[in-house]
Amino acid sequence: MRPEISRSRTWAVAAVGGAAVLLTAACGSTSSTGNSASAPGVTATTVTIGSTQPLTGPAAPGYSEIAPASNAYFKYVNAHGGVNGRKISYTYLDDQYNPTSTATQTRKLVLQTQVFAMFQALGTPTHLSVVSYLNSEHVPDLFVASGCNCWNNTSQYPDTFGWQPNYTIEGKILGQYIVQNFASKKVGFFLQGPNDEFGADGLMGVNDSLQGKGLNVDSTPAYYTPTAAGAMAVGAAIAGLQAQGVQVIVSFSVPLFTAIAEASAAGLNYHPQFVVSNVGSDPPTLSTILTGGSLGKKLPAGLIGGTISDTYLPLLTDAANPWVTLFQSIKATYAPSLPWDGNVEYGMAEAYTFVQALKAAGQNPTRASMVSAVESSHWTDGPGITPYAYSSSNHNGYTGVQMVTIGLDGTLKTLGPVEITDDTPTGAITTFSGTPSTPPTGGIPSD
Amino acid sequence: MSTVFRRSTLVRHGLVFLGLAVVLLVLTSFVFDSFTNYNVTEVAIYAISAAGLTVLTGINGQVSLGHGALMMIGAYTTSVLLTRHPGLPLILMLVASIATTGIAGAIVGLAGARLRGPYLAGATLALAVALPQVPSHFASVFGGNQGLSVAASTPPAFLGSSFAPEQWLAWITLAAALVTFFVLANLVRSATGQRFRMVRDNEVAARLSGVDVARTQVLAFVVSAACAGLAGSLFAYWVSVTSPSGFTLNLSLSLLTAIVIGGLGSLSGAVLGSFILVYLPVWTGGLASSLNLSTNVANNVPLAIYGIVLIGAILVFPRGVAGGVASIVRGVTRVLRSSRGTGPLPAAPEAPSQ
Repeated sequence: MRPEISRSRTWAVAAVGGAAVLLTAACGSTSSTGNSASAPGVTATTVTIGSTQPLTGPAAPGYSEIAPASNAYFKYVNAHGGVNGRKISYTYLDDQYNPTSTATQTRKLVLQTQVFAMFQALGTPTHLSVVSYLNSEHVPDLFVASGCNCWNNTSQYPDTFGWQPNYTIEGKILGQYIVQNFASKKVGFFLQGPNDEFGADGLMGVNDSLQGKGLNVDSTPAYYTPTAAGAMAVGAAIAGLQAQGVQVIVSFSVPLFTAIAEASAAGLNYHPQFVVSNVGSDPPTLSTILTGGSLGKKLPAGLIGGTISDTYLPLLTDAANPWVTLFQSIKATYAPSLPWDGNVEYGMAEAYTFVQALKAAGQNPTRASMVSAVESSHWTDGPGITPYAYSSSNHNGYTGVQMVTIGLDGTLKTLGPVEITDDTPTGAITTFSGTPSTPPTGGIPSD
Repeated sequence: MSTVFRRSTLVRHGLVFLGLAVVLLVLTSFVFDSFTNYNVTEVAIYAISAAGLTVLTGINGQVSLGHGALMMIGAYTTSVLLTRHPGLPLILMLVASIATTGIAGAIVGLAGARLRGPYLAGATLALAVALPQVPSHFASVFGGNQGLSVAASTPPAFLGSSFAPEQWLAWITLAAALVTFFVLANLVRSATGQRFRMVRDNEVAARLSGVDVARTQVLAFVVSAACAGLAGSLFAYWVSVTSPSGFTLNLSLSLLTAIVIGGLGSLSGAVLGSFILVYLPVWTGGLASSLNLSTNVANNVPLAIYGIVLIGAILVFPRGVAGGVASIVRGVTRVLRSSRGTGPLPAAPEAPSQ
């Protein structure tokens, strides 16, 4: 009966060994020059913030550049004295656009890294898995990189803020364009889902505008799952829309799936009008995906050319825009390996807003002062072309978009004025006539 | 005679587990920070599932590449129930998940009892690949790819409002793990456990001795699946969201890895293997970032070290870490005893107990 004895010994070894290696150490804080360690993740000299990003996986093409671009802007700010003497330290972890992984990585950031705030956590299905947790821990959850309406829920998620126009606002304006320009065509949908708020919120917005206008709408949307297996099924979904005689495909999709959808349609000799959400329509990203990233390889002009989308940031190719030149010069110094595309512009612009918020949160920011800083911000300066909606009762960011189309040369061109609205079904769409702001001297938000 | 011995096994196990419970209670309450408690919970969840798998694979000789899918059944049972009836107590969720997964295990076991070796591996592999597709097709029930969110189990009020939820979940999970291991440790030493091993070692001999091979195999599958169901339910609470992305083939293979590294057929090996599975990436990740490597290299260092440890463990400890530790302890004791002049002991049998 020796094995019995040796087994209980192994048990003892397992228990003692386990106890010994699990011990971890905590760390203290310092203070100087009027700066104190005023909150978790804030010391006299640093502010640590965290994020979960799809650095690998099905949403990585394009989106993996966003956090490095934001980090480049933070490095630029840090090199120019930081914010109130504190340098921003930005830790972004890979969640592969996998909600399970988001949940564990976010707890790592909150419990182990002990971040002051979450910033720009990317993705609708992914961030939904942690939004309750972050709010129960009162971690400021700033500027989620997703346009889900769910971030504007001040009673349930008082510490969460959106940033980009939400998908319903965007969908309403896209829908209005369809009513004005493609009223005689059959409209169908290609959406992330089913049961994914990204696709569902966009569909809701478009339907708000299409309702009662007498358009011929295909009532069953085609859905894709953002996984490798889901990528295989896109061709069949597009063929289904073709079989239904759909002439306008409204697509709320991440770039990889927009690219596969447009390529699948071309492969079927099917040439519908694509109307694609901003997050899935960046031309440099789509070109890189469709050419496999090989330099100098030319994309057939008609493949993504003619696609209709929208923007809330200055056009990438607008060399006269001071924001574009500012971000390009920061990119050249602090992240030279990144391409110049919509993801990089997004990352820089969102980082700018974060620095605005951190400045407004005071000399010694707390988690509560950070949240109220955004709620009472009333910022009028920033890279965006529409105002922000931020208030104590509204946690939406940008309030509208300007319609754009991808030209045959692969660059974006604007179509019509900047339009703003809210995310209610009946909220009117109005033209915004405010003048765009210019960056402050030095490119860092002033106080 | 045999009843006396069995009673003493029960008493001995009872004392060991009571001792472990006290140690873990002290550690989780006074020594560990929240993140450590969070990781310990993960270890315990893996350990519960791996223990079930080691009973099936190590002790009964049936291989399963589908235990991740069984965990998924447990997790979805909890999540669907909680979505429909929020506020139901956690213990009910655990029991319901054990029940549904146990039934699923019986069905898989019935099919599995007709299959041997690679065919059984193939059938369970199919389960691991196919089941995660189901939620996308019945999205209204299972929440599609986005999944169902799972409300955290709040600590009872008498523990105070500042009681960390991570500590509460660690308590629940470790308690569940201790109960599971107590039951399994007694099961594998019982007559049923003996039959499990007989079927593994020689089916014909087992049949000749009056053992119903198929029934024994199905029973092993049910026991194993029930453990996976319990682990899955706790997993749902731990992650706070149940989506197909949590139950990839990778999970099933990780569980198999854990029991092989830990020591096939040994319950303590399942704990050691789960521990390695959770903590190796944590340590190697820290190592990689402290070495100042380029991101492309640093991202892959943990995976490379994991592979090396896997190969190394199999080469150095063919009977797993638990087996290796046991032989080292035996060797040391032998040397100590002989140096004390008590004379060499007869060599211990190396083979698993018959």
